[in-house]
Amino acid sequence: MTVSLNAYLFVSGLLFAIGFFGVILRRNTLVIYMCLELMLNAVNLALVAFSRYHNSMDGNLFVFFIIAVAAAEVAVGLAIIVALYRKRQTVMVEELAELRN
Amino acid sequence: MADFLFFLFSALTVLSAFLVTVSRNAVNGAMFMILSFVGMACLFLLLEAYFLAALQVLVYAGAVMVLFLFIVMLLDADKARSVRPDRLTIVAATVGGLMLISGLAYVTFGPSAAPSTELPAITEMPQNATAENIPFTTASRSFGYGLFTKYMLPFQVTGFLLLIAMIGVIVLSKKIDASGDEPAKQKVAKS
Repeated sequence: MTVSLNAYLFVSGLLFAIGFFGVILRRNTLVIYMCLELMLNAVNLALVAFSRYHNSMDGNLFVFFIIAVAAAEVAVGLAIIVALYRKRQTVMVEELAELRN
Repeated sequence: MADFLFFLFSALTVLSAFLVTVSRNAVNGAMFMILSFVGMACLFLLLEAYFLAALQVLVYAGAVMVLFLFIVMLLDADKARSVRPDRLTIVAATVGGLMLISGLAYVTFGPSAAPSTELPAITEMPQNATAENIPFTTASRSFGYGLFTKYMLPFQVTGFLLLIAMIGVIVLSKKIDASGDEPAKQKVAKS
């Protein structure tokens, strides 16, 4: 018996839900960003599983592009966080609420 | 055997992902994140996407997480007072996560779940590949084939995006003082 496609999709969705949980729960910008990466990775797993079970390379190529874009996104996001920290001396989201009201 | 490995690696991935969300210390969280990415690479291996497994370890567990650890240690975020999330946030996060998981379980294992497809046999070399339809192979050669035929334009756009990101990071990390302006260049002291 081999592992079914639905099992892979369940693991992928579970990882996505955990990432979502972390994004809502945590107050540290860096940890929120890590949880976002987790959600991105969960989607990668779903794409690879679909690609394998559909016998097509398209999903794998999409994951390749997602990895490249995620690397660029992480670099820019962390640069923004560092710039914010230099200006405000904090990374906690409660203290970064200028746009409220 | 494949079943056992699947359960082992998915348990590793999911557990360490959960520990990322609940660990107090951001450095511990980053370490668990690396573990989670390695588990994900093992799942890619089980799906016979060997090139992507290598890429996952190199780019995510290597480059991205080193960048994260560097920033976490540079900003020394643990020195700042750790804010406990209030009760409403905990309830909202738990309820939202559980709703997602229950909906997911219904879709994948419920009565109306899509029937599982057969695992197709792998063709070893992409000989029967056309520009429209590239069959799944374990060879990284079919990656190159796909990138240079069907996905030529996205490939070039991705390269350009990396260049833009590089320039953007350089601009963002220029020194900016509290008033939002660039500080004036320091005058050389007159002797």
